[in-house]
Amino acid sequence: MESDLAAGFERLLNTDQRIEPRDWMPEAYRATLIRQIAQHAHSEIIGMQPEGNWISRAPSLRRKATLIAKVQDEAGHGLYLYGACETLGVDRADLLDLLHSGQQKYSSIFNYPTLSWADIGAVGWLVDGAAITNQVALCRCSYGPYARAMVRICKEESFHQRQGFDILNTLAHGTPAQQAMAQDAVDRWWWPSLMMFGPPDDASPHSAQSMAWRIKRHSNDELRQKFVDITVPQAAAAGLSLPDPELRWNEQRGHYDIGPIDWAEFWRVVKGDGPCNRQRMERRVQAHEEGRWVREAAVAHAAKHSKRSGADQAGTAA
Amino acid sequence: MSRDWPLWEVFVRSRRGLSHIHAGSVHAPDAQMALRNARDLYTRRQEGVSIWVVSSSAITASSPDEKDPFFAPAADKAYRHPTFYDIPSEVQTL
Amino acid sequence: MITQPALAGYALQLGDDALVMAQRLGEWVSRAPELEEDVALANIALDLLGQARALLAYAGEMEGHGRTEDDLAYFRDEREFTNLQIAELACGDFGEAIARQLAFSGYQFELYQRLQDSRDETLAAVAAKAVKEVAYHRDHATQWTLRLGDGTEESHRRMQAGLTRVWPYTDEMFRTDPLGQALAADGRAVDAAELRPAWAEYVTAVLREATLTWPETAAAPGGGRQGLHTEQLGHLLAEMQYLARCHPGARW
Repeated sequence: MESDLAAGFERLLNTDQRIEPRDWMPEAYRATLIRQIAQHAHSEIIGMQPEGNWISRAPSLRRKATLIAKVQDEAGHGLYLYGACETLGVDRADLLDLLHSGQQKYSSIFNYPTLSWADIGAVGWLVDGAAITNQVALCRCSYGPYARAMVRICKEESFHQRQGFDILNTLAHGTPAQQAMAQDAVDRWWWPSLMMFGPPDDASPHSAQSMAWRIKRHSNDELRQKFVDITVPQAAAAGLSLPDPELRWNEQRGHYDIGPIDWAEFWRVVKGDGPCNRQRMERRVQAHEEGRWVREAAVAHAAKHSKRSGADQAGTAA
Repeated sequence: MSRDWPLWEVFVRSRRGLSHIHAGSVHAPDAQMALRNARDLYTRRQEGVSIWVVSSSAITASSPDEKDPFFAPAADKAYRHPTFYDIPSEVQTL
Repeated sequence: MITQPALAGYALQLGDDALVMAQRLGEWVSRAPELEEDVALANIALDLLGQARALLAYAGEMEGHGRTEDDLAYFRDEREFTNLQIAELACGDFGEAIARQLAFSGYQFELYQRLQDSRDETLAAVAAKAVKEVAYHRDHATQWTLRLGDGTEESHRRMQAGLTRVWPYTDEMFRTDPLGQALAADGRAVDAAELRPAWAEYVTAVLREATLTWPETAAAPGGGRQGLHTEQLGHLLAEMQYLARCHPGARW
């Protein structure tokens, strides 16, 4: 019986159809998806911090508005993803506990600080740019709820990346101080952005299984190359240089060659020794703890009122 | 979150003439807050949409094409119930 | 005789209210009690920022010195800001923040509802859009006031304490300001004093249902419309303005 179910599952994968919540699935497929989707959601939530850091100091009202909208979208994306994850039979509260205890991770790019206004531009252009490169592929991942959440997210993301580029481009054509600010930010965010795609696939033993399950549709190196090829001309258009003396167009390959990535730094940051790891967690846990009395109050109120008026199961707003 | 705020399914009709389509889920302590959270999350800054929220536990589901023996064909949950599974701790990273 | 500078001054008052409130609400991003609240509070901040931009831009236009919304937001000093003091309060606790939102959005709702009928086309248009937004903000604050007031003992205590801290600043919202009064007589603005009864009726009903008590507090001296603020505004502006002021004339 199980072999029939497994065959059915494989058939869906092989015909590029979606696996839906009530489909039989191998336990390892389910477990892998839970971790991947949850960590994606955690990344959105933690990502609100480095960007939220500049809301109060945005230098124009228009920039302040677009930054608030961007950070709000990130909260929303986290919520879409937690929702997708919950279809696999987990509770958001449990996922947050795993984040807070460090058992589940978030993208370690967010362990870097946003030191100047230009960092907001660099994060939008490079970090969101890298995320988009990854995410477009996920719109076709095998698990239905995740793929659908990604379609929704991708629609909202391209605005973010354009805003980031626009911020840097404006700075790069501004005063000498602004130009220096922009270049400094790019110099600090370029290499970490490349690291977002993860180590080369030969150092990533689980990639093959994820590809077979169509959770992962391209290799880390493929996606990183794609991102580099798109981004290098953009930097040139803005008049910004990239901090890689070995960066050059390779006519034979038809791609840009890049210099060596410092994977030791990547692992240091992933393991907890990046500039902001502790403070990202502290801030997150603090918000959660300080909000406990509020969440509990809402539950208590709901309990009191459902006793009074009968179970309140549905509502409409036309 | 069903330890505190229950899960609600959200259906949105984006304009007249269309029907409500499942948009996703929200957590909220009660139906009124669920409506507001759904509006904020799924129809952000858009006027004139109609939203329904339904407690996820109120949904009766049948999807015979989706094949898991855990789900009886009639009158069952839309999703796997959290208490039957543990969060797997031992899984791969990206 | 209504002068454009008078209209500029009035628009600046309402714009400053919205701007300073938006700045305070922005502080809640990534600190809200639940992710859904991060989204909701950001939404309110964005609406208010939109109102601020429209009103500041109009104020600059009426003033006639070529000042843009950013010139007004980033290059005026504390004594030139004409917002109500209630907007500038630093509310640390969610209960206090909701108490302030209930009072302030309640005020804005009554204001914009009447301002929709302004003879001034721009103010009427801003109000027509804003009234829908602030109806939602007021509803959001109401829902939370009910849940915190009639939730747990702790939430009731904190909500009541929040109300008590904010309430001294509510009286200022309804003080007749000579500028507003003159423009109201001309059908262009709303006399703030007119808003008090409707505001009080709404808030009284909410507090009663929430099992909360109307705070009996003395009114704070106020003076926001005359550029007299609490010490908190200076810090808020220092943070908000410093980058633009470091690079005068720069484009962002």
